[in-house]
Amino acid sequence: MTTPSTTLLKPKHQRLVLVLFALAALIGAGLLAAFALSRQASYFYIPSDIAAHPPEPGRAVRLGGMVQKGTLKTMPDGVTIHFIVTDGKARVPVRFSGITPDLFVEGSGVVAEGRMEDGTFVADNLLAKHDEKYVPREMKNMTESDAKQVVAQTQ
Amino acid sequence: MHGFANPARFLRIARWLMPALLVPGLVMALGALAWGVAYAPPDHLMGVTVKILFIHVPCVWLGMAGWSTIAVSSVVELVWRHPLAGIAARAAAVPGAVFTALGLITGSIWGRPTWGTWWVWDGRLTSFLILLFLYFGYIALADAAQRDAAGGGGAGRIPAIFGLVGAINIPIINRSVVWWNSLHQPPSITMGRSSIDGTYLWPLLIGALGFSLIFGGVVLARMRMLLAQIQTEARLRRKALG
Repeated sequence: MTTPSTTLLKPKHQRLVLVLFALAALIGAGLLAAFALSRQASYFYIPSDIAAHPPEPGRAVRLGGMVQKGTLKTMPDGVTIHFIVTDGKARVPVRFSGITPDLFVEGSGVVAEGRMEDGTFVADNLLAKHDEKYVPREMKNMTESDAKQVVAQTQ
Repeated sequence: MHGFANPARFLRIARWLMPALLVPGLVMALGALAWGVAYAPPDHLMGVTVKILFIHVPCVWLGMAGWSTIAVSSVVELVWRHPLAGIAARAAAVPGAVFTALGLITGSIWGRPTWGTWWVWDGRLTSFLILLFLYFGYIALADAAQRDAAGGGGAGRIPAIFGLVGAINIPIINRSVVWWNSLHQPPSITMGRSSIDGTYLWPLLIGALGFSLIFGGVVLARMRMLLAQIQTEARLRRKALG
């Protein structure tokens, strides 16, 4: 009865089609879940989000972005700092009292945990966010051709 | 592929392939680690803590490669019913879980000095922790199914389905830093591009290759162990019946 002429597909191929369908459904479900989570699963708001939908004052949120160069100021008490976090479009002033992580510098990424108070983000905690570049100290300020020269000299 | 369905033939090959993977793997991994720790210069921002890169990155890659092995083996088991596929998947689960745990531990140790925290619940870290829990679930399920399958039947297919469903987490881990804002930085190495300087990249790649060879050797060793276990159990059962 089950000669190849009477069955549409061999059992092996039936299973292959079934697994492929299951995989397609699984990937579809995963993608849908990821898109549905796109706002909730984000770890922080960027300044544009804060500007577009300001969180109600006092609600605990996280703000992430770049510490704008030239905006980092230490207050006379020595532990309070002011700086501006930017994403290139919007800017949010931040106030923080406490010890900053080692990688917290102007022009670098930061994630601040805290709340909005009168247009200023009051942070309880600062986390440093670094970029994906790993560069030795000596090469940091060099142009690419300089760096190639140094590499050529040391080899 | 079904040529290897004969376990005796597989065992003959695995016997010499296992040390052939483990020995160069150990040499490369330890050599690259020593090179990285002793000679790689400090990073312009992180300083010497950048050297955790050489152990953290190979560990997380292999944590994900381990589940990819489980997923591919599961497809082979479900579709082609290859007798070694389920054993390969079970053999990959334990080293995969170990590398995943090492990746989480080294990442946490790295996060404290650089980010200022041991742990955050961002997309990358959370999805990677879920990977570890998936491994625990898979190991428990596969062990239970193995005991069930001793009496015959298709219990081996249940862990295979779990392995396939869990594979959805792998692209989520990979894309988590792109889809969602996260404290973890975006990928440094993408298709043909790297923002890691060559002084770090070469020891990293050689180390990763070494760790991968060790992973392959351990999987082969565990496959031999699992086959021997199945054989012993079958023999004992025959004795008990006869």
